[in-house]
Amino acid sequence: MKPWRQFLAAFAGASMLAPAAAELPLRVDEPWVRATVPAQGATGAFMRLSAQSDLRLMAAASEAAARVEIHRMAMVGQVMQMRAIDSLPLPAGKTVVLAPGGLHIMLLGLKHQARAGDVIPLTLHLEDAKGRRFTHKVEAMVRPLGAAMAHD
Amino acid sequence: MKTYASSSRRQWLHAAGTLTLFALAGCKPPAPLYTGIDLTATEYRSDFALTGPGNKTFTLADFSGSYVLMFFGYTQCPDVCPTALARAVEIKKLLGEAGKRLRVVFVSVDPERDTREILDHYLGAFDPSFIGLSGTADQLRYVVNNYKVFYRKVETGSSYTMDHTALTYVIDPYARVRLALRHEQGAADSAQDLRRLMDYDDRRKA
Repeated sequence: MKPWRQFLAAFAGASMLAPAAAELPLRVDEPWVRATVPAQGATGAFMRLSAQSDLRLMAAASEAAARVEIHRMAMVGQVMQMRAIDSLPLPAGKTVVLAPGGLHIMLLGLKHQARAGDVIPLTLHLEDAKGRRFTHKVEAMVRPLGAAMAHD
Repeated sequence: MKTYASSSRRQWLHAAGTLTLFALAGCKPPAPLYTGIDLTATEYRSDFALTGPGNKTFTLADFSGSYVLMFFGYTQCPDVCPTALARAVEIKKLLGEAGKRLRVVFVSVDPERDTREILDHYLGAFDPSFIGLSGTADQLRYVVNNYKVFYRKVETGSSYTMDHTALTYVIDPYARVRLALRHEQGAADSAQDLRRLMDYDDRRKA
């Protein structure tokens, strides 16, 4: 093979390896928190989670809240039900959506009112398929309580 | 033979036509088709006596002349309740002038956490005219029985949540429960339901 072709082949091989190292294990899109009124005490955080490999969201924490939980909302007929869940599977290559109508992260015992425009820090606690734990920091923008829904 | 048959046929047509005219003259306009649940023919009681802003007692009479949109929920609900109230804001906007005929009322099913202060601020965050109501266990029992609303306190995680019916009830200016807007209805469908209801009622008054 001519030298420049050898070089191209080596380069192509190397560039196929490089992206794996550069990819983050988890992508978090559009994290937001619903604003609260004074003394309200609790609110929800929403976001889209995309994992590169099978992950599980085990827990979350925030300086802004005493307790943080993962909740699922379900409509049973015309009755709304919300329940805390232990963990949330994040399958490889899929986007798990936390949005009104389904899942959310519940922030309880809020230390301050969440006002539109504030940024609330969140730490997601994750576990991979091998049981290794790691964290992912998120900054969630507070949106107005009365903000109209995107879907209609 | 022919003459005899055609004359009786004509008589039949004449009679049928007359009957139809009589029927139409006494006929009400057909009930509208709604995306929501039509509760007009049911006999839901619409009464309530609950505490509102200024710690005054509110009953349906305080809203007479208006179409009332009533939702049962609680403020620590980050999903369904704000969505329903935001939808109510949108409905009023879509209705334009007719939106002034609506009053939006939020009844808290979580008296332990939903104080007067929180309710006033919460409803005010959506629209200054929206009213938050709360009550004692007896007052709450009375109104949920009337509206056939289900609610239940459920321990979950480190705290508790309230299961609750997520319908928005529409009560007309004469205290009759007419419609229930489903949670999954968007603002456009809901505004259309209200427009149809108000048009139907207005035509029958005229």
